[in-house]
Amino acid sequence: MNDAKNLIYDGTFNGFLTAIFSAFDEKIQVANIQNEFTAQQGLFSDFEEVYTDDEKAKRVWTGIQKKSKQASSSLYFAFLSETDGIELLAYYYIQKLFSHKQKVHLNYADDIVLKINQLAKSVGREKHRMEAFVRFQMTKDGIYFANIEPDFNVLPLISKHFKDRYADQQWIIYDVKRKYGLYYNLKIVETISLELNKAHMNSIHSNDAFTEEEHDFQQLWNDYFKSTNIKSRINLKLHTQHVPKRYWKYLSEKKAI
Amino acid sequence: MSFERIREKLSILADAAKYDVSCSSSGSNRTNKNKGLGDTGTGICHTYTEDGRCVSLLKILMTNYCIFDCAYCVTRKSNDIKRAAFKIQEVVDLTINFYRRNYIEGLFLSSGIFKSADYTMERLVAVAKKLRLEENFNGYIHLKSIPGASDELMREAGLYADRLSVNIEIPTVSGLKLLAPDKKHEDFIKPMLKVKNEIIQYKAEKKIIKSTPIYAPAGQSTQMIVGATGESDKDIMYTANHFYKKYNMKRVYYSGYVPVVEDTRLPALGSQVPMLRENRLYQTDWLLRFYGFSVNEILNDTNPNLDIDVDPKLGWALRNLNEFPIDVNTAPPKMLARIPGLGMYSVGKIIKARKFGRLNWNHLKKIGVALNRAQYFMICDANEWSHKDLQPAQIKGLILQNSKGKFRASYSNQLSLFN
Ligand code: SF4
Repeated sequence: MNDAKNLIYDGTFNGFLTAIFSAFDEKIQVANIQNEFTAQQGLFSDFEEVYTDDEKAKRVWTGIQKKSKQASSSLYFAFLSETDGIELLAYYYIQKLFSHKQKVHLNYADDIVLKINQLAKSVGREKHRMEAFVRFQMTKDGIYFANIEPDFNVLPLISKHFKDRYADQQWIIYDVKRKYGLYYNLKIVETISLELNKAHMNSIHSNDAFTEEEHDFQQLWNDYFKSTNIKSRINLKLHTQHVPKRYWKYLSEKKAI
Repeated sequence: MSFERIREKLSILADAAKYDVSCSSSGSNRTNKNKGLGDTGTGICHTYTEDGRCVSLLKILMTNYCIFDCAYCVTRKSNDIKRAAFKIQEVVDLTINFYRRNYIEGLFLSSGIFKSADYTMERLVAVAKKLRLEENFNGYIHLKSIPGASDELMREAGLYADRLSVNIEIPTVSGLKLLAPDKKHEDFIKPMLKVKNEIIQYKAEKKIIKSTPIYAPAGQSTQMIVGATGESDKDIMYTANHFYKKYNMKRVYYSGYVPVVEDTRLPALGSQVPMLRENRLYQTDWLLRFYGFSVNEILNDTNPNLDIDVDPKLGWALRNLNEFPIDVNTAPPKMLARIPGLGMYSVGKIIKARKFGRLNWNHLKKIGVALNRAQYFMICDANEWSHKDLQPAQIKGLILQNSKGKFRASYSNQLSLFN
C-alpha cells in the first residue's frame, strides 16, 4: 500500500473531476480524495495536490454523461451533499460506471449505487424545499432579496428555476451558511459574496433595507396563511414534518405577529 | 390600495375559500413568455397549513355574497356572516405581489354567485384576462366554473386559465335535491361538458395548427363532500369514476365535511371531520388512477364501504388471497403493483434492479419495500413462502400489530367507540 495517494483538491466540482482524471490517467491508487479545507493527514499515504483543470474536468464529465445522463446527475447532486467521504464514494461510483458494460447505475441492490442515490435524493429534496421556501423581500433598490441556509449546497441547482420564473425582476438569493449568493441582473445570474451584518430574516418589525410596502405584503401573507387553517382538522405534527422548524426563521408566514 | 381594507377583505374571502381542498398547481406547461413573470411546472407547495395541507395557490373568493342557500356552505345566503367583495384590480395586485415574493404558484379564484351565473363568471374571467394580457403573468390560474355559466364565457375562461373546476359537492342526485334545492344537476354538467369538448377540440387542432391558443392545459377537476348525506363509499367512488371516464377529469377531490352551520339535514356542529375516511377514499382514487385497479374490484354490493382499519389495497389483497403469492423476480409490473406495501416507486426500482440478479429480502429492504406488509404476499430469491397457511384475519392481525400508520391513534379511538 506504499504508493496509495491522498488527492487534495480545491473543493469545487471541477476540481474533484480533475482529481478523478489524474487518478485514471496516472493510474494512481487512491487512498482518499479530500478538499483542501478539511483535509487531514493520512498515516500511510502521500498527499498529492490536484490543480483544477477545466479541460480535464470536462473530459471526465462528458465520459460520465455518455454512460448515463441520470447517473451523472445523481453524481452531481450527491457531490453537493458535502457529506464526509463523498469524494471517495463518488470515485468508486465512477469506477463502477466505467468498468461495466451494463447500466450499473440502475442496480439499486448495490451498496454504492444505493448510497449515491440516497444522497442525491436528499439533495434533491433540499433543492425542492428551497424552491418552495425562498421568501423574497423587496429592497429599497428594487431588488427582491432572500436569505437561505440550506442543509446542502443547492444554490447551483436552483439557479435555473428562479431565472426562468422571475425573468423580469432583479433578485438575490444568498446562502448565509456558505457565504455566497446568486444575483440575477435581468440578463444573467452571477455568483456574488456580500458583507451582511446580520441575516435579513423576516422580522416582526419593518427593516430599513426594505420598502414600506414590503412589510404590508408580509402582513397580508401572514394573515392569509392563518386563515387557510381549518381548526377542526389541526395536525401540527404533519405541519412540522412538511415545514421543519429549522426553516421557520426565514418564512414570513411563520413569524409571530 | 388601502391596506387595512384589503386586509379585512382578504381575511373574509380567504376564510370562505379554504373548504375547497384542491390546491394542485401541476399539470400545466406554461413557460415564461417574452421575459415576463412566471411559469408553471410540477407544482410547488410553498408552505403547509397547520392542518398539514399544501399551500401552493392564493385561494380566495371574488365575493362571498351569494343568492343561493346550499346547506353545507358557509357562504349560503341565510348564514349571518360578514360579506365582502374584491375589485378585479385588487385580486390582480395581490396575486402579482405574492407571486413575486415566491409565496405562491398562482391564483385559485372562486366565488359566491351574485346577480347571476354569467355575471359572476364574467368577473372571474376578467381577473384571469388581466393577469395574462396586462401583467404578462405565466403562473398558474385555476378558475371555478360557475354552475350555469354560458358556453361563450367558458370558452374564454379556458383561454386564460390553466385549470377549471366545478364542485359537484354532493355525490348523489337525491342528496343534491335535499341540500342544494336551488341548484340543478344540469347546471353543473353544462360548463363541465363545454370545457371537456373545448379541450378535445384544442388537442385535435393543435396537431394541425401549431399556433392554436392553449386551452385549460391542466384540465378540469371537481370535489365531493364526504359524510354530509349518509352516502356510501361506493356511491362516492362510482360517481368519481363516472367523472373521470365521462368528463376526462384530471382530479376528483374528497373533502371530509366540516360542519359550518346548524342544520337538521346535516351532521351537527362540532361533529368530527371524517378524515380517516377521506384518506381511504384518496387511497382508492390512487389505486384507480395509477395502480390499474377498477372500481368494482374494490367497492361493490358485497363491500359498499372501505375498510377503516386497513388501506384499500391491503383490504383487496386479503379478500383475494388466491392471487398471491406474487414472485417479485418474475411477475409483470401490473401484478407487482398489487402487492401491499409496494408503491409504484418501488415497483420501478425492482424492475430495474432485478435485471442484475435475483432479488432477496435484503435487496428489497434496501430498495425501500415495506416488508412488514409485503412479506405475506410475495416470494423472492431463496425463499419458501412461509406464510401460506395463514388466514386473512391472521395476516391482518400480524400487520396491524406492527404498523404505526398516521391514523393509528384515531383508528384505535374509533375502535374503542365501537367496542
Ligand atoms: S352557490 Fe356556491 S357559494 Fe353559494 S351557497 Fe351554494 S355552494 Fe355556497
